[in-house]
Amino acid sequence: MTALSVPPTRAWTLDRVSGLRARPGTVVALAVVAFIVLAALVPGLLTSHSPNAIDLQHSLGKPSLAHPFGTDAAGRDLFTRVVYGTRQSLGIGLGATALAMFIAIVLGFSAGLAGGWVDVVITRVLEVAFAFPVLLLALLLISIRGPSMGTELIAVGIGSAPGYARMVRGQVLNVRESGYVEAAGALGHPRRTVIRRHLFPNAMRPLVAVMTLGVGQSIVWASGLAFLGLGVAPPSPEWGALLDSGRDYITTQWWLEILPGLLIVVVALAVTSLGRTLQHRLEGASR
Amino acid sequence: MTVLNARTTASTRANTPATTDTGHQAGDALLTVENLRVSFGPAEVVKGISFTAHAGRCLAIVGESGSGKSVTARTLVGLTGPGSRVQADRITLDPGSPGEGDLTALGERAWRGVRGKEIGFVLQDALVSLDQLRRVGDEVGEPLRLHGWGDRSARTERVVELLESVGVPEPEMRARQRPYELSGGLRQRALIASAIALDPRLLIADEPTTALDVTVQAQVLDLLAASKARGTSIILISHDLSVVARLADDVAVMRHGEIVEYGPTRQVLRRPQHEYTQALLDAVPSEHTRGTRLVRGDAPAAPRKRRPVDRGRPLLDARNLTKVYRGPDGVDRTVVQDVSFELFGGETLGIVGESGSGKTTAAKIALALLAPEGGEVLLRGAAWSTLTQRQRRPLRSRVGVVYQDPLSSFDPRWSVGRILGDALSRGPKPPSSKAETRDRVFRLLEQVGLGAEHLDAGPLRLSGGQRQRVAIARALAPEPELIVCDEPVSALDVSVQAQVLDLLTDLQDDLGVSYLFISHDLGVIHHMSDRVLVMKDGKVVERGTADEIFTRPQHAYTQRLLTALPRLEQAS
Repeated sequence: MTALSVPPTRAWTLDRVSGLRARPGTVVALAVVAFIVLAALVPGLLTSHSPNAIDLQHSLGKPSLAHPFGTDAAGRDLFTRVVYGTRQSLGIGLGATALAMFIAIVLGFSAGLAGGWVDVVITRVLEVAFAFPVLLLALLLISIRGPSMGTELIAVGIGSAPGYARMVRGQVLNVRESGYVEAAGALGHPRRTVIRRHLFPNAMRPLVAVMTLGVGQSIVWASGLAFLGLGVAPPSPEWGALLDSGRDYITTQWWLEILPGLLIVVVALAVTSLGRTLQHRLEGASR
Repeated sequence: MTVLNARTTASTRANTPATTDTGHQAGDALLTVENLRVSFGPAEVVKGISFTAHAGRCLAIVGESGSGKSVTARTLVGLTGPGSRVQADRITLDPGSPGEGDLTALGERAWRGVRGKEIGFVLQDALVSLDQLRRVGDEVGEPLRLHGWGDRSARTERVVELLESVGVPEPEMRARQRPYELSGGLRQRALIASAIALDPRLLIADEPTTALDVTVQAQVLDLLAASKARGTSIILISHDLSVVARLADDVAVMRHGEIVEYGPTRQVLRRPQHEYTQALLDAVPSEHTRGTRLVRGDAPAAPRKRRPVDRGRPLLDARNLTKVYRGPDGVDRTVVQDVSFELFGGETLGIVGESGSGKTTAAKIALALLAPEGGEVLLRGAAWSTLTQRQRRPLRSRVGVVYQDPLSSFDPRWSVGRILGDALSRGPKPPSSKAETRDRVFRLLEQVGLGAEHLDAGPLRLSGGQRQRVAIARALAPEPELIVCDEPVSALDVSVQAQVLDLLTDLQDDLGVSYLFISHDLGVIHHMSDRVLVMKDGKVVERGTADEIFTRPQHAYTQRLLTALPRLEQAS
């Protein structure tokens, strides 16, 4: 490896800052994401209540200054539960995406690099998996392992892996045929060096943005599973579980359903919007 | 938003009796443009140009990239696009049609009436310009349909006639095919058929032959010439002075949005008044420029100081190479068949051929990036193509490569410094420290005429010429004996091409490096090569010294190529 690699230049940083200034949507999205990251890491900072403190005196209370999202049937502060649920929801979103990406990289690179029958077998398996409903897969897993955060994570992760794997394979094939991979070979670099220095980073580059999009998607999926009672067990404040328990009151105490639901939408939107911005930026930089 | 503020000018028809068979008056001023200005935001790309197109004549607008020639063409059909601002004292089309009078005042709807009917437009890249999902016939017939010409069956018939008139063989079958099923030449002809469908009085052709092989180019130029003879006025946009010499009656030379010289073709190309025109003409490589530098400045062209070619054992010895590819239909195609050549130390061997002739495949076999099905390549008399990858790796530094598109040959994440540092590390004496790497990268940059300020730049921030210089520096870095140059200047403007060719010859004079030089451009091949191979359909049809090939071609195909080649001297 030669020593002439360039440190990140000031121009890039300035560009990033000015880009943010130009797009208020990105700033809002960043603020939302910063907020939920904070909620996931130190929920105590955002609320003084305890997520599981039952107060039957104030059950099903309307949103108020003391309880901005109202209280649920057991009198627990809904805002606090939402804040404390962030860790699980975000954890599932990140974890599931990471798992999906790991599977995708292993399969996509094997198929793209090996070619031949390996490629044919992996591609066929991916096509079948792609057609397989994620919900069915989740049901299968849950019936084997029982509902838990881990099961939810694995189900969503495996469910979204085939889509990523096909993308990874496509990228690998693309980059493998690129001029710079051929040029590196013509300079006499061994194959593994070419893969490590050129193929892997360039094939993965467009996937960074897709991964960010995937986190938002996974949060929505996980919430959906929990809503169907297939996710984290009820007392836990995971977002989907909150929706599940709020369902019975939707006609009388709407906030139990609408406010957590709205939050999921806002978070998914914010993460997706950031992903898009990232995508534009990376594609802009490569063209 | 397009702002048009021009005063309407009544146009008058000149009284010329010479009527051609389309009824247009030969020599009449058909389109008059005065003081045309086009800007995008603060940048003015066309700075007040005036010209006139005459019936039955061809006006060529020549210039390099960024000269504003294509923008001018698009303005004339009202397609400058969003964010543009077009101003002109006058753009008038001669009367006799709905499009007559002042074009600057036209709205989008009125433009649609003029485009296709009064003014036909032929774009450069037929593969992009034709809708891939529609049949060729529908695409060609589109202007007929839009302007309400005839009924469906009459249009189908007319389309076949049109395709036949532009020399498309089996027009009925071709009309039912889709654009990707046609070769580049056929697509370009289909596009011209579409442009002339309604027999427009003015045809604007933007680089109509740039992507085409020389024999196909000749056919397309003949087609345009025939159209001109029938009284159509043609505005030809081109960077290629030889093409212009063949077709144009008048030439306007554009540079930085201005017309620097404007006059009859013969006068502009033979006795140019402006130094830029002279420089452009000097930069065209041909038989006359052999052994000299192309970029002259004020001094007369100095002869090269060649190192003697070592005629001992060949540096590269390719014996009976054969390469077979299996097509998607399962049929094997022999793309290189029994090709043999020798390349000596310090020599330039040119391989010339049209697309699909197998020249690039032959180059890849020489580079040992492809394994041949038959035959072998020896390097300095020792095995090369038959080695295993592992055995060959340490020897790779002896053969460098320069591609047509340098940008795609650079990792987009890497800076120029890193690209060159990486190449240095593959040489026989890899630098041992950061400081030494840096020093040697600077020296390489200097050798190819680039400043140290490019060290940290990404390839994206460089111009086309600078990128090709970096590519040459990368090829030089491991101190190779041979550099394979695969169409190294095809993507460059003629003046930049001249600089890069000069750089290659200078490096050969300094270092004694050999070139295997691949090009479709006969002028470039003649300028660069000591000996030449002519390839067609995977076979070598003729070989000899450059002078033998270009002055006394033996094979019919070579003769055809040379006849098809447009030359500056053809200026009429």
